[in-house]
Amino acid sequence: MSNILVFTETTGTKVKSVTLEILGRLAGQNIEVATVGELSSEATAELAKYGAQKIHCLKGAGLENYSPEGYAKVLKDFISTQNYDYVFAGSTSTGKDLFPRLAGMFQAGMASEVINFTMDGGAFAGTRPLFAGKCLAKVEITGPKPHFVTVRPNALGLTDSPTAGAGTKVDVAADAGAIRALVKEIIKGASEKLDLTEANIIVSGGRSLKSAENFKILDDLANVIGATVGASRAAVDSGFAPHAMQVGQTGKTVAPTLYIACGISGAIQHLAGMRTSKVIVAINTDPDAPIFTRADYGIVGDLFKIVPIMTEEFKKLLS
Amino acid sequence: MNIFVCVKQVPDTETKITPTSDGSYIETSSIKWIMNPYDEFAVEQALLMKAAKPEAIVTVVRVGSTKDAEALRTAMAMGADEAILIDGPDHLDSYMTAKAIKGAIEKSGKTADLILTGKQAIDSDSLQVPQLLAQMLNMPSVSVVVGFENNGGTLTLKREVEGGALEIYEVKAPALVACNKGLNTPRYASLPGIMKAKKKPLTTYSLADVGVSDDDKRLKYSAFKLPPEKPPGKKFDAMDEANQAKVVSDVVNLLRTEAKVI
Repeated sequence: MSNILVFTETTGTKVKSVTLEILGRLAGQNIEVATVGELSSEATAELAKYGAQKIHCLKGAGLENYSPEGYAKVLKDFISTQNYDYVFAGSTSTGKDLFPRLAGMFQAGMASEVINFTMDGGAFAGTRPLFAGKCLAKVEITGPKPHFVTVRPNALGLTDSPTAGAGTKVDVAADAGAIRALVKEIIKGASEKLDLTEANIIVSGGRSLKSAENFKILDDLANVIGATVGASRAAVDSGFAPHAMQVGQTGKTVAPTLYIACGISGAIQHLAGMRTSKVIVAINTDPDAPIFTRADYGIVGDLFKIVPIMTEEFKKLLS
Repeated sequence: MNIFVCVKQVPDTETKITPTSDGSYIETSSIKWIMNPYDEFAVEQALLMKAAKPEAIVTVVRVGSTKDAEALRTAMAMGADEAILIDGPDHLDSYMTAKAIKGAIEKSGKTADLILTGKQAIDSDSLQVPQLLAQMLNMPSVSVVVGFENNGGTLTLKREVEGGALEIYEVKAPALVACNKGLNTPRYASLPGIMKAKKKPLTTYSLADVGVSDDDKRLKYSAFKLPPEKPPGKKFDAMDEANQAKVVSDVVNLLRTEAKVI
């Protein structure tokens, strides 16, 4: 059995779902959780339900906003007082930026964005995609401990039968130290929806959308089924959508439950970024488009005709 | 002012990846190599800085095999002044790569005022080297940067986070900035640029020269394989307006009854 710390972030009063996915997979290990700032009682209960024995809330001045240096320092200070074998986090914007710096402070190894892992005999072995998912490899960590791991959201899934932990919440006084790269301002995104990397459902558009305005028909569908809208590189390069929406090897790698590709031909670099989606629906006028080789349900047809009908059908189904 | 830009050579995004038969890595013999696309934004940002401060020296650094130094020549053809190649395998782990670049910067005798990198390399997709390198050099870092302003050494940087939101950072150089697509439009190398690049200095170090040994290895990779293929799905023809409504209705119902995702 290993001693493990899972770093969690919160969205409002909830912990990020990826934390619960990680906790569920770690059942049988001695698991503690750390966060920066306060946790709601709802979040604390969720963490306990999924196996957290202790929950450490790191609190102090200078931690109101994320900063790579401040967060890394307080976590390093805390971890140094404990005896963890592994430290996990979700591969989120924060996890991706924070963990390499934190691992570096311990001269320790880190496995990024694993999509699966085992803890046989308390030792981590992970599977991670490389080349944007065009291939997979087994990854193990060597060298000084603790070892660091980030896990891709939506990849493990939530366990149906979590093993509960004591969930004792403890406050830890933290000193962020001098922060050189400081957040002065946060500008909210245009959409309040889940990020593509965390979304359960994605509706994605390609160059066939022909204009930025036409993405509205995808927005309409997305609103009905609670999806986040994405785009292919061709659509982004044509100026129809911002890069933040790009799915693929030079955009975001996504793993939703349902991916609806509208007017996307399926270039290899796009397929790489969305191939781990659980169910793929493709709509395209070209019956030979490569996207159909990956689609569970392919509709050969004009997206401008099909998508509005689909929106109405979903409305009926979900009403 | 010294600007260092880290570049990597990666397989072109259109490359079909084939694992080696023993699963130790991928077949690399017939790959077309390109400069990591995100690194182009880093090179361009360095050149924009140099345009404003002509005395600035832009040095591009790469860890990789010597058989083909294309990415470094490309960066110099775009306008970088000099290059350092650290001769090693193309797929060292992030810790070794960051330590090698740190060693090379120190060995160059220059003090880095600014380090620019891509936000990630599209082969290993680890997103570790920028933050590790900054940590090793005790520098602040900002990653996934889509906006960059310099006011007398104080940088205002826009970092893209989830949902297209932006964190606006302020940081004084020296700092490391990891660049994302959208930051700028990388220039093409001109023909005179390509000719000039051939005469620009390229220094080569070994891993030992920059203080990296097998003791620095932190990751062990094995069992490279292709992801499992999906069984073929169902395809419906809805080109004819007459059957569109039925096809869509069928697919929507299948998503509920068969795929159980809605």
